[in-house]
Amino acid sequence: MLSKNQARLFFLGGTVLFFLIFLFLSANTLSSGIPEKTHSENITEEVTNGKQLFDENNCMGCHTILGEGAYYAPELTKVIDRRGEGFVKAVLTSKTPWTLSGRKMVAYGFSDKEANDLIAFFKWIGKMDLNGFPPKPDLKKE
Amino acid sequence: MKYKSQKVAYMFFALSMVLLVLQIVYGFIMGFAHAGFDGLHEFIPFNTATATHKNLLVVWLLSGFMGAAYYIIPEESQNELVSVKLALLQFWSLAIVAVVAVIGFHFNWWEGRKFLEIPRPLDYLVVVNVLLFLGIILVTLFKGKQRTTTALVLAMGLFFAALLYLPGMIDFNNQSVDSFFRWWVVHLWVEGVWELIMGGILAYLLIKLTGVDRELIEKWLYVIVGLTFLSGILGTGHHYYYMGAPEYWLMIGGIFSALEPLAFLGMALFALAMYRKGEKNHPNKIALYWTLGTAIMSFAGAGLLGIAHTIPSVNLYTHGTLVTAMHGHLAFWGAYGMMVLAIIVYAMPNLTGRKLYDRPGAHYAFWLSNIGMIGMTTAFAAAGVAQVYLERKVGMSFMDAQKAIEVHFWVLIGAAILFTIGILFFVSNFFKHGMPTDEALEANS
Ligand code: HEM
Ligand code: HEM
Ligand SMILES: [Fe+2]
Repeated sequence: MLSKNQARLFFLGGTVLFFLIFLFLSANTLSSGIPEKTHSENITEEVTNGKQLFDENNCMGCHTILGEGAYYAPELTKVIDRRGEGFVKAVLTSKTPWTLSGRKMVAYGFSDKEANDLIAFFKWIGKMDLNGFPPKPDLKKE
Repeated sequence: MKYKSQKVAYMFFALSMVLLVLQIVYGFIMGFAHAGFDGLHEFIPFNTATATHKNLLVVWLLSGFMGAAYYIIPEESQNELVSVKLALLQFWSLAIVAVVAVIGFHFNWWEGRKFLEIPRPLDYLVVVNVLLFLGIILVTLFKGKQRTTTALVLAMGLFFAALLYLPGMIDFNNQSVDSFFRWWVVHLWVEGVWELIMGGILAYLLIKLTGVDRELIEKWLYVIVGLTFLSGILGTGHHYYYMGAPEYWLMIGGIFSALEPLAFLGMALFALAMYRKGEKNHPNKIALYWTLGTAIMSFAGAGLLGIAHTIPSVNLYTHGTLVTAMHGHLAFWGAYGMMVLAIIVYAMPNLTGRKLYDRPGAHYAFWLSNIGMIGMTTAFAAAGVAQVYLERKVGMSFMDAQKAIEVHFWVLIGAAILFTIGILFFVSNFFKHGMPTDEALEANS
């Protein structure tokens, strides 16, 4: 039968081994994987500002982006492809809660520049290689 | 043997109770908003409600873990806490940071990163607070007469949980890198080091409640936490499938996260086996219910409902939908919520000398909250599967799909009412115990 010492060895050995593999893969992901897949060379000042606005206002508290966030409002990864720039700008600059499809969005009333920064951010996000996400609706009738 | 400094655990448990009730209030606000009634939008928009709901969850669980540590470590190390005054200071600073953070969420003061919304200046206070907590626990443990495996696993879990908070405090301008490190906190907590905390508390409770030999229990504790890290560390990959990371994570994350339920299965089998083997007839039956309950429900919520959407070809469709919320509720409740309630139910009669465990209220609390939570999970499941089908398979727009699944949120609210009644029984039972006393602790030793 397994002894307590063997059990401890299994725990410590397994942990160290898998942790090292994880660190190795993480280093690879951060140094070359993510920069290539996300085209990090296209992160301009506008994109950075846009991301910061996205953060500061907790947009993820209603929406998902890259599939992460809350499930109250639409996925934003491909929002520019789906809606176009003009529509998105109207939502962002609106001074009254946007309610087109029933649910209210917080009325941020962003300035023209802020809206453009957010749009730059969405455009950058929209061009990432996400291994096939979001999926094509395969049962959709053409 | 009981120790007078264990009394400080009461404060943390009480804070847990209050924050749990508050968390539920915000859950209802979101439930109604999903069902089409967002009357509070102007004062508490959905993002405020969700940040509050999630952070209160994390804080009441952490407060419960801290209380558990202050209760368990003196007994396991046979040593009074090195300083009760510092522990009280740590308590009040924790409570104040939590309150300030929640108020801030109502005034657009936060970081937009799910589960880590606490704004940066407060993060530093959290770090100081947790360092103080760890200092008290570790010094007590290492100056003690003995260092049991149970205490070491618990302390190690708490230590690494604190360490893993740090990657969440770095800024990145690449959304994917941001997400990459957010999962070091969120995933490596709930599917890694928190399982050590859970395993430690579970082992302690099983030793006390079943009377099975410590050596045997602690041997299996090592096996379980071994399985946790063996699967859970590389299992982080299941969050890297579709967020801009390389494709190899599909394979690695898929395989290792599919192994993660083994640790939870291990916990369930272990708890049941020790219960069968145990010859001790501990009078606090309801603590045994919660202890076995958490072992079983964590396997259901984290293990089964986790594996249900962790395979890459499934996750492609369910990623970021209400299917995730279904799993999130039962997993958090089963593993960590019930674990905290188990240690509270066990500790309170010892701390206060009032043995309220045979009261009907204690049993209503257990059954109503669990039946309610299973109902809520089912409602989220129905909503989530329908959402995936309509939005991701048929191509309906997000809001049209949401309209179609609105009805499930009424079911959610109904089940949540049952759940809430159960929790109110629990909380009222908690406060009926009154304050902890030295006499009670002595009488118990
Ligand atoms: C009355 C009880 C509750 C209700 C009505 C409720 C309702 C909700 C709703 C509507 C959401 C938001 C889903 C979205 O993003 O759109 C949510 C999120 C969440 N709740 Fe609750 N909740 C309740 C209690 C709890 C409890 C007791 C726990 C934990 C033990 C919990 C854990 C969570 C978690 C982890 C999330 C985030 C889920 C995710 O984004 O995947 N909730 N809840
Ligand atoms: C007690 C342990 C666990 C808890 C508390 C928990 C909780 C959660 C929560 C709250 C989320 C949403 C996180 C976010 O979006 O920020 C999540 C996501 C996820 N969990 Fe767990 N989980 C646990 C264990 C597991 C296990 C063992 C598995 C796999 C077998 C698993 C598979 C997943 C997957 C695949 C996702 C991503 C869902 C998506 O793509 O949207 N979880 N979990
Ligand atoms: Fe995970």
